[in-house]
Amino acid sequence: MRLSIGPIQYFWERQQVLDFYERLAQGPAEIFYLGEAVCSKRRLVKADDWLGIGRELRQQGKEVLLSSLTLLEAASEVGSLRKLCANDEFMVEANDVAAIQLLSARGKAFVTGPSINIYNQRSLHLLAGKGLKRWVLPVELGLDTLRDLQSKRPVGVETEVFALGRLPLAYSARCYTARSHNLPKDDCQFKCLEYPDGRMLKTREGQDFLVLNGIQTQSALTHQALMQLPELEALGVDVLRISPQQNHSSRIIEIFDRARQGADLQPLNEELLGLLSPSGPCNGYLLQRAGMDHDDTQAA
Amino acid sequence: MELVCPAGNLPSLKAAVDNGADAVYVGFRDDTNARHFSGLNFSNRTFEQAVRYAHDKGRKIFVAVNTFPQPEGFTRWEAAVDQAAQSGVDALIIADMGVMDYACEHWSDLRLHLSVQASVTTAEGIRFYHENFGIARVVLPRVLSVSQVAQVIRESPIPVEVFGFGSLCVMVEGRCLLSSYATGRSPNTYGACSPASHVRWEETADGTNTRLNGVLIDHFGQGEKAGYPTLCKGRFQVGEHVFYALEEPTSLNTLPILPRLREIGVSAIKLEGRQRSPAYVAQVTAVMRAAIDSCLQDSKGYHPRDRWMQELESVSEGAQTTLGAYHRPWQ
Repeated sequence: MRLSIGPIQYFWERQQVLDFYERLAQGPAEIFYLGEAVCSKRRLVKADDWLGIGRELRQQGKEVLLSSLTLLEAASEVGSLRKLCANDEFMVEANDVAAIQLLSARGKAFVTGPSINIYNQRSLHLLAGKGLKRWVLPVELGLDTLRDLQSKRPVGVETEVFALGRLPLAYSARCYTARSHNLPKDDCQFKCLEYPDGRMLKTREGQDFLVLNGIQTQSALTHQALMQLPELEALGVDVLRISPQQNHSSRIIEIFDRARQGADLQPLNEELLGLLSPSGPCNGYLLQRAGMDHDDTQAA
Repeated sequence: MELVCPAGNLPSLKAAVDNGADAVYVGFRDDTNARHFSGLNFSNRTFEQAVRYAHDKGRKIFVAVNTFPQPEGFTRWEAAVDQAAQSGVDALIIADMGVMDYACEHWSDLRLHLSVQASVTTAEGIRFYHENFGIARVVLPRVLSVSQVAQVIRESPIPVEVFGFGSLCVMVEGRCLLSSYATGRSPNTYGACSPASHVRWEETADGTNTRLNGVLIDHFGQGEKAGYPTLCKGRFQVGEHVFYALEEPTSLNTLPILPRLREIGVSAIKLEGRQRSPAYVAQVTAVMRAAIDSCLQDSKGYHPRDRWMQELESVSEGAQTTLGAYHRPWQ
């Protein structure tokens, strides 16, 4: 199994982004998804910057893809998407059907991100006919469904599973980070910059529940599939996705790297838990349960 | 502008038809539709009666088969498509491309509408479904401002339907997993959000707690009216503040902007609420019928009457309404 680095979900300072990829370029992850997939107002890293980062990573032998915006609203966003899909340098991860349309019309191969709803074999085969090369299992689907889909997978299509990170759960017209500061989206003052791992939303009894990340809502708990690695491998999963977080990403990738090489999972898992956000882990979706549940006892 | 009204059972369907719906949309009694609630929706027998009633009165009937089947249950969705097609309904409302593919292969003459659950917000996205499956109409998610809706209509190859009234999803539909994160069941997989099976009402010394699979969604003091714990409409703590961090309990209401929706070329107005009572369906259908007729008659002289607004507010979540994303400052 190869390791991929998903697009950075958060709004980071430009230098922080550059440093992040410079660091990870030395590590064992083979695939990098670059670009802004959440909010088109986040422009500290320009389109040309992303191309530059992509070229450098490619020089280091990495596979590079550009991720498309997930929720498209403004005409300007569709304009940017057209440019992205017209690029001849990197394959695109489609995070909205509009991207699939633009790419397949040009005869370009593509990858689908977790927000493209491929829930059954018929959808998978249909998109394979449009140029799908790899798909990310939608995060709310579990191993039972993955097993069914893997058994009917079209030839030449790879499967990727979201293996670590806060789960992308919802997208809205409204910016919740701005709202939490009593600001409208049109005057958000880029408050997301203050929350490099998103802003915590707690229940009224203090339970970490969700994380506000601009127009995106995430899980507060960090989804992690380390203990399911043997099963994912047995199911023929090709790629495990690590979603960037502010700290410890390099070490997390090393842990997954050692795990895929067959190292003892238990101590790695214990170390990994210490590196996740203080809210703790979850893996319920993979076990066909509530996404926020956590259970390592069912592991292989 | 066609008026498309919800019905969760036969009395509601009759109420919609009798109060001026141009079309009524319904679902079957399983997880093939996005209002999969116990005791709701149509059995084989009541479905046949529903089709007959609507058609006898010269109205259309649409069937929502708008959830996302996984391999194990796919035949249920096939059966839903087959049953709707065999009964001669006027359109299927579909979200999943696999189900569309099946419908196209087996029922090539069947008219297909793209469900809001398909989550399409651009003309390019619409083109994908139109070119591949012959989709004839699209229902837009409740995330676009009016000017963005106008832009989509200008470029769309097919007519556009928008939501006009009812409970408000604040997340883009079809890509919201909040409910399955908390309960294991989502609109996509199960056809319900914040399902009643996981709700707990808890009396406390100082009021009522509402929980969803144990997660505290809200707390209501003595004398405060406790609302259903819809996940995105609870009060949570962010920073130092406790507030409706995502959205207040409120319903979408487009009465104030009907002339604008007409002007930009909206083809159909959809009312939400298949889970609501026949009385609700009768009331909102009658109000929207009167409003649309008034708007079509004299768009410039149109204004939403106080009585209409009051009637709609009385059946709204939290007894209040909003223009939602249509109105830019809401965002």
